[in-house]
This record gives sequence, structure tokens and C-alpha cells, in this order.
Amino acid sequence: MATRHRLTIRTLDRDPRATALATAAEHVGLPIPETIAIADIVFVDAPLEADDRDRLHAVLVDPLLQKGSWDLPTTPGVEITLLPGVTDTAADAVRHAAAQLGVDIDSAATGRRIEFSDAVDDETADDIVRRLVANPVIERWQTGTIEPPHVDDRPSYAAAEVIVIRGLDDGGLTELNEQRSLYLDIEELRVIRDEFERLGRDITDVEIEVLAQTWSEHCAHKTFRAIIDVTGGPDGDDTVAPLLVQLRDCTDSIDAPFVRSAFVGNAGVIEFTDGTTIALKAETHNHPSAVEPFGGANTGVGGVIRDVLGIAHRPIAVTDVLCFGPADLPLGKLPDGALHPQRIRQGVIDGVADYGNKIGLPTVAGAILYDPAYTTNPLVFAGCIGTAPSRPLHDGPFPGDRVVVLGGATGRDGIRGATFSSATMDATTGEVAGASVQIGDPIVEKLLIDALIGAEDLYSAITDCGAGGLSSAIGEMAEGVGADVELDLVPRKYAGLEPWEVWLSEAQERMVVAVPPQHLEALRQRCSRVGVDVADIGSFTGDGRLVVRNNAAVVADLDTAFLHDGRPQRRMTAELPMPNRTERIARTVADPAATLLELLAHPNIASKAATIHRYDHEILGATVVRPLVGAAGDGPADGVVLASPLAHEGIAIGIGVNPWYGLHDPEAMAYAVVDEAMRNIVAVGADPDRVALLDNFSWGDPRRPSTLGELVVAVEGCCGAARMYGAPFVSGKDSLNNEYIGSDGQRHAVPPTLVITAIAHVPDADHCITPDLAEPGNVLLLVGDTDAEFAGSHLDLLRGAPKNPGVAPSPVPEAPADYRHLHAAMRAGLVESCHDVSEGGLAVALAEMCIAGRLGANIDTLPHDDLATALFAESCGRLVVEVQPQKVVAFTKVMEARALRLGTVTDDSTLSIVGTSPVAVQSLVAAFNQVDA
Amino acid sequence: MSRVPALVISGPGTNRDHDVELALELAGASVQVVLADELIRRPAMLDEARLAVVAGGFSYADSLGAGRMLALDLAVGLGDRLSTFVEAGRPLIGICNGFQVLTRTGLLPGALGHNAHGRFECRWVVLDPVPNSVSVWTKGIDDTIHCPIAHGEGRYVHPDPEALAAAGQVALRYRSTNPNGSVADIAGVSDASGVVLGLMPHPENHIVPRQHPRHRRAGGGSQHLGLRLFDNGVEHAKEL
Repeated sequence: MATRHRLTIRTLDRDPRATALATAAEHVGLPIPETIAIADIVFVDAPLEADDRDRLHAVLVDPLLQKGSWDLPTTPGVEITLLPGVTDTAADAVRHAAAQLGVDIDSAATGRRIEFSDAVDDETADDIVRRLVANPVIERWQTGTIEPPHVDDRPSYAAAEVIVIRGLDDGGLTELNEQRSLYLDIEELRVIRDEFERLGRDITDVEIEVLAQTWSEHCAHKTFRAIIDVTGGPDGDDTVAPLLVQLRDCTDSIDAPFVRSAFVGNAGVIEFTDGTTIALKAETHNHPSAVEPFGGANTGVGGVIRDVLGIAHRPIAVTDVLCFGPADLPLGKLPDGALHPQRIRQGVIDGVADYGNKIGLPTVAGAILYDPAYTTNPLVFAGCIGTAPSRPLHDGPFPGDRVVVLGGATGRDGIRGATFSSATMDATTGEVAGASVQIGDPIVEKLLIDALIGAEDLYSAITDCGAGGLSSAIGEMAEGVGADVELDLVPRKYAGLEPWEVWLSEAQERMVVAVPPQHLEALRQRCSRVGVDVADIGSFTGDGRLVVRNNAAVVADLDTAFLHDGRPQRRMTAELPMPNRTERIARTVADPAATLLELLAHPNIASKAATIHRYDHEILGATVVRPLVGAAGDGPADGVVLASPLAHEGIAIGIGVNPWYGLHDPEAMAYAVVDEAMRNIVAVGADPDRVALLDNFSWGDPRRPSTLGELVVAVEGCCGAARMYGAPFVSGKDSLNNEYIGSDGQRHAVPPTLVITAIAHVPDADHCITPDLAEPGNVLLLVGDTDAEFAGSHLDLLRGAPKNPGVAPSPVPEAPADYRHLHAAMRAGLVESCHDVSEGGLAVALAEMCIAGRLGANIDTLPHDDLATALFAESCGRLVVEVQPQKVVAFTKVMEARALRLGTVTDDSTLSIVGTSPVAVQSLVAAFNQVDA
Repeated sequence: MSRVPALVISGPGTNRDHDVELALELAGASVQVVLADELIRRPAMLDEARLAVVAGGFSYADSLGAGRMLALDLAVGLGDRLSTFVEAGRPLIGICNGFQVLTRTGLLPGALGHNAHGRFECRWVVLDPVPNSVSVWTKGIDDTIHCPIAHGEGRYVHPDPEALAAAGQVALRYRSTNPNGSVADIAGVSDASGVVLGLMPHPENHIVPRQHPRHRRAGGGSQHLGLRLFDNGVEHAKEL
């Protein structure tokens, strides 16, 4: 047994982490002494000589920045280490350093130490650590000194457990369902029982876990594939086609020439420019982010990047849309078991930044929304875009191909994440769900990208290990072909894993490829060059059976036809909403100028600069239009544009999301958010006739007919909008069951949240348009019509909604033609700046253009007789455009007169709107730039 | 005229290697990106190069301090070959993580700590070339250089910044905004000979005017391109 050594490393200057902790403590009202400090701890188990210690010290401690001590600390402190089995990349670095130095060590671990002064009693110190520093889902801590984590490596039974399923009645099946947290429907359990009665044997634990994972909502999209009986619709009771079928049919009917692959495999694929295809995908990672915000968001980003890699494209950019509870929620109002929104926000943003920055991809587009309904159910949408030279999509695997796992080793991390996503969360979720959360290792994934890009001819099929782990990845690849794999050949992080755990583990940063045997050596060499592990664990067989062995003993033997097609189709009931579609109800606003400033400072509208600057949006040098633009680099852009440094053409990314409309009219919301995404990309100069869309639905429990009804009409809205704009959906993802049962027994669901991502072709990346006002004397015009559409508006969020809010912003049939004309005007050089009108209405749009350009505007004409409607209504289909005076006639002609002259750009640093008090641009800047994080 | 052979050294987690590859190509070099491991196995590659870059990123995920593990790899694997390269007058530049690596190997003075505000930050900065600098990389540049930073550990620390400046080893300073708390606004430092430059900002992300955030407004312009540093480096290497 080697001796344990520990090196405590303290910074010479004040550690910024200590400052951050003090600030956070102040926010939540916990007293904290100024002398608090944070140190790092390195544990090494080894028979170290003094000389070994000195050499390790020299590498681990920089004398200009730090001092290190091998002595046990004697001052008061709380120490934190990771729980056994949680990825510890710093420990890997210690092992690497020791190896380079030629120092033999048995094991290494790392930790942190929070050093309090004597003034803090142990209880307070523990409280501070619990609330602000450590997360029990992945870490443990104790007062004084801590011992490093020790992985439980008891030998496993190494055999599958046989579970009696034959002969079980509904009661027995339900008991089994709960006991193993399967989250299966009773109809599904009956089918499984019947199948095994037919086979004449009982089921193994591996098999039942495989079925639960494959048939989970997360993997099987049971709701989106269900037959739905609807009630309450305008056409009376009816049955509608499965939602996924509707979306696919919609894409087929649009028949866009640039679509290469839609709703198949890991991501959608399009081809705007001959020779280059673009893969796009957006995912949700909501439940994991609720219990472990950093790890949840971190692995959410890692997962969606693998989706793009899993369709053989090189990832080039990341997007994120985040929904949080109010950051200023009083501690007393925080539901039991939930993390405070402030902490969730910090963890999620850190998690996105950590993964995107380290893997080396720009995180470019996104949104952050706040609503009390997201307090217990934060939403994290992560998207990724990739490119590749055009080539036929992989069409394997073929019998005889090897089943090859690339990347990280497998541990007990992320067990049952796929089924966990079906769970309704409650006060105990964090405690029971710990094993379903992982921490990512972006460097390993970076190496996977380096190994796989350029290796496209060496494999016949590829997919990523996401939810459901190897089970999902190999299970899906083996559909119709069959596979025979040996779990003993899967590299493990540690011993002691049960077979089903190895098969289901969602350990991150792994890909599965089907490799023709003659290419195996070439693939090994590529991987070895960059340091990626390769495990050949079996073969695709051709007999249609999924056979899993552990130490040669068969632990699962399933017919892939049953696995993938045996699930009984769900039949569900939806009660359609009855939105107000007729009443246009105006609002009264006493002081429009003050209201404008309050809207600019609203957390949903105010600058997201503090978050945006946490993300590297410059890497790859392709970000032509950034999320923040203008004279001072603080104006909010509409879409972002990416174009390789020397390329003439580019792509624009737009995002639409507005759950508040959805509370009033989910179908109108779908049109509105598609329109917003379209406005985003049109505003920067993209071609509205070359747009592909992604859908992401985060909804409550669809087994409640009213919730499903909202989903049904939202999908109808998506399809209607996609047809209207000729913009096909190519991929999507739904996350249902975003609900929390409070200790009061009440269910709290998220508002219907639909995120639309638009990817569009930019024909001329040298001449993109941004919203910053360019030149005094230029004319401002409004494209589109304005009406009293206020339901779900930010004016209502700010001032409270009247009892009858009237209609939500409704679809604009003229919008597709308007956008086409606007794009033509841009191509003709008639447009100086452009900004879309969204949350907060025209007044906010004008204010943001003034902020971005640090110029004033004089608005003498309004688009509606009612002042509040003109300024704050959120009608869709509108953009403000800046045009040089001598080009106004030409612009208006191109727009076929559908542009209203509002006024002019001025150099008096004031936004003056007829009928309201003028506001200094500096006041707009100050209101907008209130710090968000 | 033949192109200058240049080597971009990358480690596990280096991620701006291809950005700097393109910058060097535009500056007239013929570039090879090499993994540290490969270079250690074939150190002769260093002898064939006339210019070298340690590129930016997160080698070894910045675990236990940015750049330390890659610096250790190079020190153990290459011995004094990097010093020999520099002593031959061949230009070497370390950008961001590469800067952190070069301070740890001792080829550049000082060290880089966590940003004073404690966070990773990405934003554009303006750099002033220091007139008395001995650096071959900034020679003759009077205009400010505009380019982005993207780092969490970029606070330059040196026990005697005045002496460093007096020796002409301060090559670049942040103008108006010091984004990370670096001592004396130092953004880039040189070795005593002037052939080694380390800097936190990313000149390789401003190699065409379109990359400038204000290229449509007054403020951008080719005189502010980060590419000028690479032009200088390649020019110097040509004359060797």
C-alpha cells in the first residue's frame, strides 16, 4: 500500500474564485468573511521520495502565481472532492505529469478547499458550501481535511439477473415498472410479457433495461408517433396523424431542392452550395441541467456536437437557448429540492462555455428567457451545425462489419438517463437521479472529431453514444441487421460494473462505427495518432438479432424487429385549446418613454453581453455577424452569420422562441416563432428562399389531454408556417414531461416552449446587414403591418395583462413576399441597416438600433393610430430598415409599397417618437446594459 | 520565391491550430500542423522549419494550470531543441495557450494567472505595439492591432515589469481596456533576443478585414490586421 501524499496549492494573489464566491454569498444573503480563500488539492498515492515531491511540485506549482504545501492544513476549512466514478480530468493530468517525470504513482485525485477564518463556525461554513459551492449529485465535502474518492470496485456478479415476467398480471407488471424505474406504459409491459411467454423464457435485467431505454419517450418519441384522438377542435372530434408524420409530410410537400436528409439519423442534412453539405441538430438537456446544471449543460453541448459528428460532418458552431426561473427569486420561495435559478443559470452558462470553448467551437447564437415557470424546470436547448464535402450518406452497417467503440471508457455515469427524462421531477429528484448525470470531457471529444473527420471511407455507419449508451447506439444500428457483441471488450473506467450498467451507461465522448474488417487497421492507426481508444467489441451479423454477451455468456438476445417495431403504438387523447382569434384589444400606456426604458431593462430583452462574452464566438475566424454588433459592440444582432475567412458565401442562423404567446395560442405561437427565426436570417442578408428549420418542443406531460392539445396545434402551426415560407423542417427533438411535483402536491409544468432554429444561405458574406444605425439623414422605414396583438406581449409581462388579453400575434400571409422583396433590396445595395421587430414591439426595435449605432432617430410617423399599439404591439412580419434618402424611391418600389416611412436617423443622440417624450440614447444604453449574470 | 517552411505545434486540446495555419499561409509560409507527440518522435521536423508556432486552445483541458502539461511534454520530449531553434534566430510565437506554454518552458519571462475578474472572456481588444520593442514580430508596426481575446488565464504576471520594458521585451500593450488585469497592461512579451513572442490575444483571427466587428463602419481597416504580425514573422524567417 503506497503512502498518500497531498499537495495543497494556494494562489499568491487573491483567487478570483474566492471573490466570485463572496459575491454569490452576498446575493443570497449569507454572511461571508472577506478573508475566505480557495485552494486546490492534489492527492497522490505513491511511495514518493523527497526528490519526487520536488519534481511534482515544480510542475504543479508556478512560483510566480502560487505556493504549494505537502503539509496537512491546520486552519479551518471545508474540503470538496468528486464522488467516486465522476470524471476527474485534473487527476488524469496529474498521472500524465508523473509519467512524464518518471515518477511512479498508484493513483491520483484532486479536490478543492474553501478556507474560512476562525470567525465562521462549522455549521455556517457547511451551509455556504452546500448552497453555493458543492453539488451533492457529483461531489462530497467535509469540514477539516477530506480523503480522496475511492471507486467502488467490488467485483460484479458479471452475470445477468433473470427477472420473472411470465405470468405477471397488471399489478405485478406495475410493481416491476416502479421497482426498476422503467417508466413504461402498462400496454408496453403487457407486450413484453407476452413476447417472453411466446419465447418460453423469462427476461434478463439487460433485456428489460434495453427495452425500457429503446421504448422510452426520449428514444422512441412515443407521443410524436402516437395516434391522437382530438376533441374540441373547429372540425369537431377527429383523429390526427402522428405528429412526426405530419412534420415529415410537411417537409416532403415543400420538396425543397436543398434537402439531403430530413428526420433520419442524428441530424438533418442540407446542401445550399454544390459540393458542401451542412448538418444541423438541436437537442434538449433539461432534466440533467435541473439537478446538475454544469454537467447537464456541459454534456448537452457535447451530445449535440456528437450528433453532427454522428452524421459524418465536421462541427463548426454551437447554439444555446436557455430558460431559467427569475434570478432574483427570494430564497423563501424556492421549492424544496430545487436549486436556486441564479445557481442554475451560473452552472448552465459555465457548462456551455466550458464545453464549447474547450472543444474549440464558436458558441454563436442563442437566447436566454426568464419565467417563474422555469424555476424547477430550467430548459437547456443546445444546437450544433457542421459541414462536410458532399458525399453519399453512409448506408451500412452490413453483415460482417465490426462493431467498434471509439473514445472514452465506460463507467457508472449516466445510468438510465433516457428513462429519467420521462420522470416527473419532485423534491427528491436530485438525490435519486445522481447517477444519470455526467460531466463531459471536451478534449476527448475534440480528439474524436480529429480522428473521425477524414475517415469517412473507413466505416459504413456511424452514430453517437447518447441517451441509452451502447444499447441505444448499437441497438439502432443493428436494426434489421443484427449484432453480436461482447461486453468484456468494452474498456471500463473501473471494475465492478454489472453487465446492464456497461450496456446502458451514458459515459460521454463515445462514438460507435461499423467498420468493414479490411479498414479496421487503418482506423486504428488514425485513432492512435491523436490518442483515441478503439475497442472492437463484436460484429454486425445479418440475422436480425441483438445478442449481448458478458464473458461469453449471453445476457441479452432480442429480435431487433421486436425491439424496434414491437412497441404498441400509443393512442392518446388531445383536447384542443380555444384561443381568442377575434378580439384585438388595445392597451393604455401612461408614459411610453418610461415604459420603453423598463422594457429595455426587462431580463428577457436586456443585453445578454455578460453571457455572450463567456463564450468564444471568434474561434475558426468565421463569425461575420456576431451576437453583439455596432459602434460599441453592444447592440443585439438578429441572426448571426458564419463564413470561412476566404469564402464569399455563408450561412445565417436565426432563432425564434416565445412561450408567452403559447400560453394564449400555441398554434399562433408556432407561426410567430418560425416568423421570428425567418426575420432573424432575412435581417442579416440571408436568402429567405433557402432556409431549413429545426424544431424543439419542451412541453409538460402529454398524457394530460389539454397539454397534448397544445402540442397538436403547435405542430399544426409549425407545418403551416413551414409551408407558408417554403422552409422545410429537417430535424427536431421533443422533450416532454417537463413537470415538477411540489411538496404541496401541485404539478408545475413549463409553458409550451417551442424553439425554432433557422439555417439559411447567405449569398454574399462580404455585405451582411446589421441593426446599427449607420448615417444621420438616412430614412427609417417599417416593413409589415401593425395591429393590437398583445396577448403574451412583453408589455403585458411588465404591466400585467388585462382579464381579456385579446389575440396573440397572428400569422402574416404577406410576410414571405415581403422578406423576398427585402432580400432583393439588400442584394441591390439599398439597405444600410435592418432590425426585426420582436419582444417589446417597434419602440424596443428602434431603441436597439439607436443603441447599436450610437445615433438618434426622429420618428414622425407611426404605423397605427393608437400610440401603445404602434409602439408596443408585437405583430409578426415586421422589420425596420434604414435606407439612404436618395434610395427610398427604389427601395419602396422593390418592396411593392409595403414599407412605411417612419422618420430619419439623427445625430442628436436622442430617440424622439411623435407623441412621447424624447429619450437620450445614453439612457437607452444604460437601461439595456444592466448586467445579466 | 519559395515559401517559408513553418511548423504549428499542437497538443491534445489545442484548437486554434488551423486558424493560425491559415494566417501563416496568407503570410506566405508553407505550413505543417504537427502534434507535440509526433514532433517529439521526429524532432528533426524542427530543424527543417524556419518558423514555429505554439497554437492556442486548451491543451490538457487547462488542468492544473493552463499550458503546464504541454510545456512539460515539450521540455521532456524535446530537451533543448526549442532553445536551439531560437538561438538560430528562427522566429517562434506562442499565442494564448501557446504563450502559457512558452512561459512555463522558460523561453519567455513571467507567468499567466487567472483573469482578475475570474472568468473566461471573449471580446475584441486594441493592442499598441511598443516602440522600443526588440521583437521581430512587431517590428515596423506603428498602427494598433485589433483582434479578439478568448481566455480565462491571461493575467500577465512579472516581478519587474519596468525592467522588462526597459529591455525592450514588452512588445504589445492593451490600449484603453486591460481585459484581464495584466501587470502594466502587458499583452505580449518577447525574449531578450526578439525572436520569441508570446501574446494572449489572437491575431490569427483577424487576417481579412471582414473579420473585424466594425468592418462596415469606421474603425476597421487592413492597417489593423493581426495578419501583420505573421507577415513580419515570415519576412524575418525569409532573411535567415
